[in-house]
Amino acid sequence: MNAREEILDRIRSALRDAPAVPDVPRDYRRSSTLGEEELIELLTDRLVDYKANVFIEEAAAVPQRLAVLLEGAGRYAIPHGLDQALFAEADARDGGSRRVTDAPGHRLSVEELDRVDAVVTGSAVAVAETGTIVLDASPDQGRRVISLVPDRHICIVRARDITAILPEALRRLDGTRPQTWISGPSATSDIELERVEGVHGPRTLDVVIVRG
Amino acid sequence: MSGTFLGMPSLPVFGIGNLHEHEPFPKAARRELGNTQLRANLGHATRTIRDKRLAVVSELPDWEELREAGRAIKESVMARLPELLEQFEANFTARGGTIHWARDAGEANAIVASLIREQGADEVVKVKSMATQEIGLNEYLEEQGIAAFETDLAELIVQLDHDKPSHILVPAIHKNRSQVRDIFLREMEGVDPELTNEPARLAAAARAHLRRKFLSAKVAVSGANFALADSGTLAVVESEGNGRMCLTLPETLITVMGVEKLLPAWEDLEVFMQLLPRSSTGERMNPYTSLWTGVTPDDGPQNVHLVLLDNGRSAALADEMGRSALHCIRCSACMNVCPVYERTGGHAYGSTYPGPIGAILSPLLTGITAEENNSLPYASSLCGACYDACPVKINIPDILVHLRGEDVDSKRGKRGKRGRERLPSQMDLGMKAASWALSSGKNLGLVEKALPLGRIAAGPDKKITKLPGIAAGWTQSRDIPAPPAQSFRQWWDKEHRAPAAPTDPTGTGDAGTGNAGTGSAGTEENP
Ligand code: SF4
Repeated sequence: MNAREEILDRIRSALRDAPAVPDVPRDYRRSSTLGEEELIELLTDRLVDYKANVFIEEAAAVPQRLAVLLEGAGRYAIPHGLDQALFAEADARDGGSRRVTDAPGHRLSVEELDRVDAVVTGSAVAVAETGTIVLDASPDQGRRVISLVPDRHICIVRARDITAILPEALRRLDGTRPQTWISGPSATSDIELERVEGVHGPRTLDVVIVRG
Repeated sequence: MSGTFLGMPSLPVFGIGNLHEHEPFPKAARRELGNTQLRANLGHATRTIRDKRLAVVSELPDWEELREAGRAIKESVMARLPELLEQFEANFTARGGTIHWARDAGEANAIVASLIREQGADEVVKVKSMATQEIGLNEYLEEQGIAAFETDLAELIVQLDHDKPSHILVPAIHKNRSQVRDIFLREMEGVDPELTNEPARLAAAARAHLRRKFLSAKVAVSGANFALADSGTLAVVESEGNGRMCLTLPETLITVMGVEKLLPAWEDLEVFMQLLPRSSTGERMNPYTSLWTGVTPDDGPQNVHLVLLDNGRSAALADEMGRSALHCIRCSACMNVCPVYERTGGHAYGSTYPGPIGAILSPLLTGITAEENNSLPYASSLCGACYDACPVKINIPDILVHLRGEDVDSKRGKRGKRGRERLPSQMDLGMKAASWALSSGKNLGLVEKALPLGRIAAGPDKKITKLPGIAAGWTQSRDIPAPPAQSFRQWWDKEHRAPAAPTDPTGTGDAGTGNAGTGSAGTEENP
C-alpha cells in the first residue's frame, strides 16, 4: 500500500465510530453598517497604531501627495497596471526618470528591486477593524515580490474598498489569487518582547487613503 | 469521495521525532526551575502577552460566537477528514502543485531531502514551522549535507546558539538582549563588532545577515497555518516578512503540514483569522499573511510541493476522547495562561509541543507508553485556565484526566486500551487496599486503629516529610502533618455513645472537626 492509501486508511479506521458532522453556528458578526468617514477613521486609527504613516486625500490631490512622498526617494518601482496619471506631479519634477515599471515581458529582477528605494502599489480591499490591507496581485498591485523587496511601501487604498470587518472583506476576494495581507510594517517582538518595526519586509509603510 | 470505513480496524500507528519527554516531567521541571533567567523572562513574557490578549479579545463583541464557530468547524473537519484531504489534493494538484504523503517523520524528511537534491541545492531557507521541528528536519538535512537556515529572528537566535526553542510563539524568550548580542557576535559571519544590545540594532543585524540568503535562495521550506479544501489554498501567518521572502523569492517551495490543518472552505478563514492573531500575539492582526494556491504563472515559486504528514495524527484521531487535541491552531494562548508552564518553561516538556496542549498532544501522537510521555498528563493542576483561553475550545483538562486514566491502565495488569501487559503496580495494590478499607465501616475502623503509628512516624515536629514508595511523589514538594490521635469516626463514637452527650452537632463540632481536618492532609493547599 502506498503512503497515501495507508494514511487515508488509517484515518478512516480512526473514524470508525462515525462521529457526527456538527452544524457550524455562524452567529458572529458578518456585516456592519459603518459609513465611509467612520471606516476611514477606524482604519487610520489601526494603521497608526501599527506605526504606519497615513495620508487621507481627495482623488485630485493624490498625485501631489505621491510627489511629496517620493521626494526623498531615489528610484521607485510600480506595477504596470497602476494609473500613470497618479505620477503626473512627480514626473513634472523629474520627467519620470526615477520610475521603473514591472510589466509582463519586462520583469524587474530581485536585484533591481533590491536597488529601488520604494514601491507604489494599489490594493484590493482593506479591513478597518484590524487595520489590514489586502493585495491580490491584480495589475495595479503587481507580483508579490515587488511590494516585498523594496524597503518602503507606499500603498494606495480607495475609500470604497474599505470594509469594517474581516468577513465582509473576504467576500470581496478570490481566494485562489496569490494574496498578501498587510497590517503595518514588518515587525518583531522576539527579543524581550520589545516590538521593533522593520525586519525583512518593508520597514516603512505609507498608506494613502483616497476619498470618494 | 471516501466512504465509510469497512476494512479491518488497524491498530493506531504512533508518531516519531521530537515528540518525547526524555525524563519524567517533575525531574525536568525541577532542573528548569533552577534557571532564574528563564523564569524571569518567561514570567514577563507570559504576563505581557496575556494582558495584550485580554485587551484585544475583550474588544470583540462576538468573541464567544467566533470560538464556537471555530470549535464546530474543526470538529467537522475531523469527522470529514478523508473526504476533505482528497478534495484538497485534487484542487492543489489541478493548480500545478504536487502532493506527497508521509506516514511518519522519517518518510517526510526523506521526501524533503530528495526534493531539495532534485534542484541541485545544498542549502534552503526556512520559515518557522512546528511540523518541521517535530520531524527533526534540520538535523536530518544536516546529516545529508544540506544546510537549513532558519529565518525567523527567534529561530535564528536559537539555531545560532545550537539551542532549542522554549516557547512556540517566542522561541528565544529564555534569552535576554545581551545574550542575543553575544550569540550574534560569536556566530554571525561579518557582523559589526560594535553591535549593541538594542533590539532594533539586533533586528537590523539579522536583516543584513539573511538578506543575501533570501535573494539568492533556490529552495524554501515552510509550514502552513491553514489549508482550504475547497480551493487548494495554503496560508502562512507571520510578522517579520521572512515568511513572505521564503514563500515568494525561491523557485522551489516545499511546505510540510500535518493532515489536521485543513479547513473546509474559504469562508472558514474569516473565523480563524480573527481567532488566531488575537489569541497568539495579542494583536488585532499579524503584520503579514500570505495565501497561495498551487502555482501562479509569473508570480512566486513555480515548483510548489506539499508534504502531508501523519506521524501519529491518525492515532490521536482514533482516541475519541482525545481527538479534539487535533483542533489546535498553535496559538500558544494556553501556555501563556498556564501556571505550570509559566514557571517551568517549554524545555521541561521535552517535546516540540510544550505547555498544556503539549501535555495532551505529545502522548496522543506517540502513545502514552512512549519514553517518559506518560508523565506529561500530570504536568497540570487542572485549573482550567487553558480551556478558557483556547480559541477553539479544546477541553484540555478533560483530556488530561482521560490520559491519566490511560496511563494508569497501561501500568495495570489489565490491558490498557493503548498500553501493553504489565504486572500489578504499587498503585494497583494501593488502590486495592483503599477499596477494601472504604468498602465497610468495619474495615475502615481497623485501618484507623493504625493512626497513632503515623504520629510516631511524624516525630516531635508533627510533620511527615518523606513517604515511601510511589507516595513519595506527594511529599517531594510538601510535608504531611502528622495524623491526629483519633479519627473523626472514633471521636464521634466516643462523643455519642454516652447517653448524656449533647445532640447539637454544630455546638460540639469545632474541636472534633478541627482534628479530623488535619487528618485529611490531602486536601491541604500548599504555597
Ligand atoms: S490548545 Fe488551544 S490555546 Fe493551546 S495552542 Fe492550541 S489552539 Fe491555542
